[in-house]
Amino acid sequence: MNRILENNPLENEAIHIIRETVAQFEKPVLLFSGGKDSITLVRLAQKAFYPATIPFPLMHIDTGHNFPETIEFRDRLVQELGLELIVRNVQDNIDSGRVMEEKGKYASRNILQTETLLDAIEEFGFDACIGGARRDEEKARAKERVFSVRDDFGQWDEKNQRPEVFDMLNGNIDHGQNVRVFPISNWTELDVWSYIEKEDIEIPSIYFAHKRPVFERDGLIWSAFDDYVYREDDEQVYEKIVRFRTVGDMSCTAAVESNAFTISDVVREIRSSRISERGARIDDKRSEAAMEKRKQQGYF
Amino acid sequence: MEVLKIVTAGSVDDGKSTLIGRILYDTKSLTDDKLEAIEKKSQSRGYDYLDFSLATDGLVAEREQGITIDVAHIYFSTDNRSYIIADTPGHVEYTRNMVTGASTSQASVILVDARNGVIEQTKRHFFINNLLRVKDIIVAVNKMDLVDFDESKFDRIRSDVEKLAAQANYKNQSITFIPVSALKGDNVVYRSENTPWYTGKTLMEHFESIENQDVYETADARFPIQSVIRPKQADYHDYRAYAGKLYGNDLSVGDEVTILPSMTKTKIKEIQFFGSTYDTAKRGSSLTLSLENDVNVSRGDTIVRSESIPRSGKELNATICWMDRNPMRLASRYELQHGTNKIMAKIKDIKSVLEVQSNQQSHSVDNLVLNDIGTVSMQLNKTLFFDSYAKNKSTGCFILIDKQTNTTAGVGFIE
Ligand SMILES: Nc1nc2c(ncn2[C@@H]2O[C@H](COP(=O)(O)OP(=O)(O)O)[C@@H](O)[C@H]2O)c(=O)[nH]1
Repeated sequence: MNRILENNPLENEAIHIIRETVAQFEKPVLLFSGGKDSITLVRLAQKAFYPATIPFPLMHIDTGHNFPETIEFRDRLVQELGLELIVRNVQDNIDSGRVMEEKGKYASRNILQTETLLDAIEEFGFDACIGGARRDEEKARAKERVFSVRDDFGQWDEKNQRPEVFDMLNGNIDHGQNVRVFPISNWTELDVWSYIEKEDIEIPSIYFAHKRPVFERDGLIWSAFDDYVYREDDEQVYEKIVRFRTVGDMSCTAAVESNAFTISDVVREIRSSRISERGARIDDKRSEAAMEKRKQQGYF
Repeated sequence: MEVLKIVTAGSVDDGKSTLIGRILYDTKSLTDDKLEAIEKKSQSRGYDYLDFSLATDGLVAEREQGITIDVAHIYFSTDNRSYIIADTPGHVEYTRNMVTGASTSQASVILVDARNGVIEQTKRHFFINNLLRVKDIIVAVNKMDLVDFDESKFDRIRSDVEKLAAQANYKNQSITFIPVSALKGDNVVYRSENTPWYTGKTLMEHFESIENQDVYETADARFPIQSVIRPKQADYHDYRAYAGKLYGNDLSVGDEVTILPSMTKTKIKEIQFFGSTYDTAKRGSSLTLSLENDVNVSRGDTIVRSESIPRSGKELNATICWMDRNPMRLASRYELQHGTNKIMAKIKDIKSVLEVQSNQQSHSVDNLVLNDIGTVSMQLNKTLFFDSYAKNKSTGCFILIDKQTNTTAGVGFIE
């Protein structure tokens, strides 16, 4: 029987990019959030270098407000795959007074991550940070390159990006610069879910429908977890069957009502969804230019 | 899932953003939250229609100026397949974006304003698509509603573009003309009642009919080595394999191959991917190869079938699109990246630069400035194995990197 290796364009492109990153940079790192996109990246990195192990560490910038399920999952994954995990905590910068914690109803630590990330890049001398951002997520991200050059301050100069022609990637950088690498730029949310289904990749349980205490605000459903998520007295807590479409900081990631208990349910649900993925991210709603502003400041 | 990538080009205000927004709307690809944002914005600007261009204009600077300044990627899908549209801005000074978008696209939509007809930008866009050998060109004659859906306006544009095509180098391009109104939706996804004289496909019907070919097309197999896999685990002590992406054609176990530049001959022993072994790998796939003999192979080398060795030399003639604000100067040195290989190149002669308006080649010049397209001869510091772009896309193109700024300054197409 003739066994044929077929061309799977999105996967092949991502693996090509990951291999170029390792070949062209001295100290790459994979920014791992515990979300489906970074879990997909881990699988792609495994495939890129198999049977060798992934030749770079994972780094998690922990806001301290993550879903406990995500953290458990993260620790198990790195252990099973024998990977190196670096964790840097936003809490440390808050404790030392370097950054100020936001207060009130819409308080979130999402923005505070930037400072911790830039510190960690400097501490370890990372010259390439591989991330799971996708161009379909948000309008400003639609313009991001695969190799996106940042200066010391993590700044993104959107008007002066390098042209990327064919699949030749130019990884030349100056001292003090680093590159953000986006191997799954061209994937859509549905592509990611379909891949997770096809590859049978394990993901944190909060992506599937489950019962949890929640409350409602601004028409969105929030996890009632008073340690992390601010709640007004009149915001009633009740139980509901929900799941999460993204897993960010608990304080800015809303749940959706769902009956998707398995991966194929999730794929079906996404296929027919009328709301975009980031529709449930309160940090993007703050202002229309939110994402672009945060990116210019070095946000991932 | 199949993915078809399409690049769009047109001058400012020809209606590219509106067209893409219209496609998203009519294919029901806009999610409710996005649609709501567009409705609100359109209302607040006092429009009595939906301004679909709001679906794509991403950056703050762009919204302030009301124009698109960088390539944006838009995603949607039909039951048939997924689509990626690379929306490239139409300004004269941003032509490099067009090259960027076209280099990874299987099809290209060139927008022409029915009122203005073929203008210099149209010629430039046509020329770039032809230079890059994009297979499928669609000339969307837009704003037909503003010329009363007049067939003669459409015919005029068609014959002007056909004249351009007759002069072009690459003749195997398929060129399709479609009269549309992006704003009103005529012939975009739905057939128009205003153009009874037009019997062809709508834009979307045409997209759906395009055969999905990878942009590198069928040619001789080329396997540039990205890295050597040498696991540190004890049980893989003697393991050695070569990782890369395969271009041009399939490769099979047992194929007689030659390693470039050393010209060492050997055979393919195994084709592997993530723990499975294969007899044949399709072009386009990322994979790992091992070879029969214990040969010395490293990043930048290329594995080819022994029966199809590319040309080689220390000199190169190429057409170059210059993409940097610093001009390309005679006698300057650049880093030349060809696949995974990097060497140095010196500009020996800039033989001509294209005058878009007249489609004439000028005489020899001293430099190429941003957006210039010129023919150049270069001297290389090492022997390079290459193909002509016409023969093999993957080994027929390269980029030039300015070592002072590290930026990608130009892209070349080998003659
Ligand atoms: N009447 C009419 N106006 C159009 C059409 N397509 C675009 N426009 C208008 O032309 C202007 C420029 O369109 P836009 O999509 O922003 O152009 P871009 O710069 O090519 O992206 C806007 O005011 C649109 O509403 C069309 O088919 N008919």
